[in-house]
Amino acid sequence: MSLEELRGKAAIVGVGTAGCGEAHGMTDLEILSQAARAAVEDAGLEMRDVDGLCTANMGAALWPLNVVEQLGIRPRFVEGTNIGGSAFVAHQLQAMLALAAGICDVVLVCYGSTQRTSPFGRKERTEARNVLDPSPYESPYRPFNPPSSYALIAARHMYEYGTTRRHLAEVAVAARQWAQLNPEAFAREPLDIETVLNARMISDPFTKHDCCLVTDGAAAYVMTRADRAKDLRRKPAYVLSNATGVWHRTVSGMQDLTVSPTRESAERAFAAARLTPADVDMAQIYDAFSINTIMALEDMGICPKGEGGPFVEDGAIAPGGRFPVNTNGGGLSCVHPNMYGAFATIEAVRQLRGECGERQVQGTNTVVVNGNGGNSMASQSTSLLATADVL
Amino acid sequence: MQENDRGGAEFQYHNALREGRFVIQHCDGCGLHVFFPRVVCPHCAGTSLRWVEPSGTGVVYSTTTVRQRAEKGGDYDVSLIDLDEGVRMMSRVEGLPPGEVRIGMRVRARIIEEEGTALVVFVAEEQQ
Repeated sequence: MSLEELRGKAAIVGVGTAGCGEAHGMTDLEILSQAARAAVEDAGLEMRDVDGLCTANMGAALWPLNVVEQLGIRPRFVEGTNIGGSAFVAHQLQAMLALAAGICDVVLVCYGSTQRTSPFGRKERTEARNVLDPSPYESPYRPFNPPSSYALIAARHMYEYGTTRRHLAEVAVAARQWAQLNPEAFAREPLDIETVLNARMISDPFTKHDCCLVTDGAAAYVMTRADRAKDLRRKPAYVLSNATGVWHRTVSGMQDLTVSPTRESAERAFAAARLTPADVDMAQIYDAFSINTIMALEDMGICPKGEGGPFVEDGAIAPGGRFPVNTNGGGLSCVHPNMYGAFATIEAVRQLRGECGERQVQGTNTVVVNGNGGNSMASQSTSLLATADVL
Repeated sequence: MQENDRGGAEFQYHNALREGRFVIQHCDGCGLHVFFPRVVCPHCAGTSLRWVEPSGTGVVYSTTTVRQRAEKGGDYDVSLIDLDEGVRMMSRVEGLPPGEVRIGMRVRARIIEEEGTALVVFVAEEQQ
């Protein structure tokens, strides 16, 4: 079965989030369960209908088993590929295949982390990871990761294409302006370009506002076959395509710092969806750092290589701009519980349904979702989601 | 190259550094240099990887200054260096303030000892 044959064969029919921002006293699995329950209920299904599971996490090695036990489900299809935060976009292909093959009927994709408020926090997790997953040719130089790896990417992009810190700041400010329209967003206080530029430097050229939030949060969505989707409670968001590119692990292994695997994933995803970048109404991009948005716009072909900086100028991707990006506020201003891919997907679904309130972009029929993973754009997964009109 | 009783590529690389030699690999199968060290060539999947001493010169491909409070040791450089042999490695450019390291700068390797570990760092060529 080719990627193109899978076009529109499955849809996202339920979404749920929980514990976004701070979930004091809760565990990863507890807020994941709340999000999973909300997603299943949103779809008008029961938890016992779930017979497929896609999930991953940055701590437990056997995480899908923790989730199975927590939810009390016995899925016929289980998928635990972890390629970083893009995993929850990449899971869509595995779900599409399993659904099309009739292996299962209802797939739950879910994630949850309380990294912000957990007593075993981000610092401890990072230290543990350095032991379990060493990087012997990088860690002696003490890159402050993930920021430093993306900072190296940004610095090279600035060198080759004249991208400026102001361009990066435009991305952060646009994300914040969207967040101000989203009651679920964590960072909603006003932010302007000068504030971004003058904030505390983390790893040049990034100030703290170029870096994603560190929050808690859980996200879950439910997929089923298109024929069943149209009879369910919500307006389906059809998955026209999904493709993933995986090129390296560390920033030292990234061949050209100005081109990410999005170039490959987006090319395959657009081809299978029989769409071009000009056909999409908006983008939900995993903005781990401000440079992610600029490079993803280029590598997806929304704008030419090297022109991502000028493309985002003058509020072009902010509310009221010519091309909406990250309408929930993104990882920079809405929510970033370590792995964000499911949240980008969910915002796309909500926009396609037309249920985004103040931040709703009217006439949204096609959304491109681009997931980012690894410490250095190492994995990128691109999906095209659309309403029935585009099928 | 690596016989098992002498350890794998990573082990041998660090041993050489401890003895004061900075080595990378050359693949006799495809003629390309390889870094970081491996036991199977990432270009041609060959196993004829042999240790060579690089010229030690290269150019800064990208650079960042990691900001750190003075009491913790202050700011420091993290750079990616393209060696003239065509391989890239993460390292640090020393001998000038971190904010003055520039992409395109010619640099030369030297081995230092840090926290009991031998480490390759670089200095700007004009500072030799």
